[in-house]
Amino acid sequence: MKKGYKLIYQRPKTLTDTRINYCPGCFHTTMHKLLMEVVDEMGIQEKTVGVCPVGCSVFAYNYMNVDMQEAAHGRAAAVATGIKRMLPDRYVFSYQGDGDLAAIGTAETLHACNRGENFTFIFINNGIYGMTGGQMAPTTLEGQKTTTSPYGRDVEKIGMPLKMAEIVSQFDRVAYVERVSCNTPANSRKAKKALRNALEYQGKKLGTTFIEVASNCPSGWKMTPEESLKWLEDKVFPYYPLKVFKKPDKKEV
Amino acid sequence: MGELRLMKGNEALGEAAIRAGLQGYFGYPITPQSEVIEYLAQQEPKHNYVLIQAESELAAVNMMYGAGGAGARVLTTTSSPGFSLMQEGISYIASAEIPCLFCNVVRGGPGLGTIQPSQSDYFQSTKGGGHGDYHTIVLAPNSVQEMVDFVYLGFELADKYRTPVTILTDGAIGQMMEKVELPDPIEYKPDKPWATTGKTKDRERNILTSLYIQSEDMEKKNQVLQKKYDQIKKNEVRFDEYKIKDADIIIVSFGLTSRVTRKTVDMGRKKGMKVGLFRPQTLWPFPWEKLEQYAEEDRIKFFISVEMNAGQMVEDVKLAVCGKKPVHFYGRMGGIVPAHDEIYNHIQKLSEKE
Ligand SMILES: Cc1ncc(C[n+]2csc(CCOP(=O)(O)OP(=O)(O)O)c2C)c(N)n1
Ligand code: SF4
Repeated sequence: MKKGYKLIYQRPKTLTDTRINYCPGCFHTTMHKLLMEVVDEMGIQEKTVGVCPVGCSVFAYNYMNVDMQEAAHGRAAAVATGIKRMLPDRYVFSYQGDGDLAAIGTAETLHACNRGENFTFIFINNGIYGMTGGQMAPTTLEGQKTTTSPYGRDVEKIGMPLKMAEIVSQFDRVAYVERVSCNTPANSRKAKKALRNALEYQGKKLGTTFIEVASNCPSGWKMTPEESLKWLEDKVFPYYPLKVFKKPDKKEV
Repeated sequence: MGELRLMKGNEALGEAAIRAGLQGYFGYPITPQSEVIEYLAQQEPKHNYVLIQAESELAAVNMMYGAGGAGARVLTTTSSPGFSLMQEGISYIASAEIPCLFCNVVRGGPGLGTIQPSQSDYFQSTKGGGHGDYHTIVLAPNSVQEMVDFVYLGFELADKYRTPVTILTDGAIGQMMEKVELPDPIEYKPDKPWATTGKTKDRERNILTSLYIQSEDMEKKNQVLQKKYDQIKKNEVRFDEYKIKDADIIIVSFGLTSRVTRKTVDMGRKKGMKVGLFRPQTLWPFPWEKLEQYAEEDRIKFFISVEMNAGQMVEDVKLAVCGKKPVHFYGRMGGIVPAHDEIYNHIQKLSEKE
């Protein structure tokens, strides 16, 4: 570094120096960064194994400089189960979208939670199928327009958007559930803290840890990044409140 | 010399897996193979493998992917409807090149079918099964002893070629009891530098994926797989023969059916019919070359493929014989095991016609 300059910010070391393919303003980028910062700060790169889904984050392994497995659509929880059971002292996470985790992979998700599999779910809930071009997701809001719900989600026909954090917090063996977002710097800091908590609890073998991210998809929502932030505040957070749903007892921690 | 025991096929398979260094078993109950998971669940406290009764075969096969990808020696067993559910995962496993051992204890189909033994999953097992250009090595035991031997062999081949291996057997072999010699347990020391065990400082990160978004990369990946399959075809063909040296009629059959046709050969020989038995032990790679050699010999009048299905392996026999000699088929379906004299009578009629 040049003399007289002070380094005040840099890419986390565990994020590769690769051009990121996410759309401008997409929270996937932010969440990748936060997650890898936590891995750096905890010094666990050598002990971390990730699972990426089928969805926009299918290429997460290009960006995260840790060992990774690419799972079939919806099966990340089963793949992570296989890894974690074989390598119980590693930090294992699955990083999944809402189509992946809450539609095609619902059974794998719920059963992994019910068994209390000791890995961390990072659940990017953007209310839409980003990768395939903006179709309705199990988490699309009532009345929200997508390419397959062009007149708005009709809950009479398709049911209400699934609240995964609320659902999985019912399982005894799930240790920690929090819904976060990264729409503001303050919320990003909370999201990072939640990721750190989750991995630390995992290290203490407390059970399943589940971080839901109320996320955005400017492209799929057909909004500017700025409009997507407003939509989050106006529409998403009222239905998907940001909060801790469950955390381990003080004495466990 | 190993230990002698009287055992059921399914249990022998489980015991062999333990002795061969099993580290992870993931399965979902289905008749006629639930004894495998039951046996392994019973033995679990004495060993240190991981066993999970998964929520479905879909979950089980993906646990295989994860655990196999983490470098472990992994097994799942199922029967036909469950094997269908696993096909998605096997396609991903073949592409990500993860060593995994599968056993399909076949029952009659299609659909929910019957719990009786069948060989009707031959196509599914040998021609790929899931989407994309891939194969699994397919081993076809015809005795409880071979159930055991092929577990050792299957694990070895899976590791050697980083590929899924299928033991294709059926409800009768899974359920019947026979004397079996169990090999000594081995201490399994995996050497898998590609496994996702955590990126240490001395290496690049390991990635297991089946995604190649650029056509050129996808073609290259396919070429790598095809090259591997060529190696397997060259090195791993296995078969067994019975009274074939002077035969002019060759019965081709595998697994359970080959036990019946062996008796057909004995019966034929007693009655002066020069018949022999050719039994593929690997269904993929199929012993095409060996059968082609026989097809070229003048003494051979015809081949007959005898199977417990509507005629599946017969397509490979025809491919091998390549029109050089007639190829016939005899089969029963729905879980019915043909009788040796029924087959003899059929061959007798054919030989009068030829
Ligand atoms: C078995 C299967 N069915 C369908 C698809 C197509 N597909 C790919 S990604 C996807 C949805 C992704 O949406 P989500 O999980 O919400 O992630 P996002 O792209 O929004 O991050 C679908 C349906 C597939 N790859 N595999
Ligand atoms: S399509 Fe949506 S989820 Fe995917 S990268 Fe773009 S903004 Fe993000």
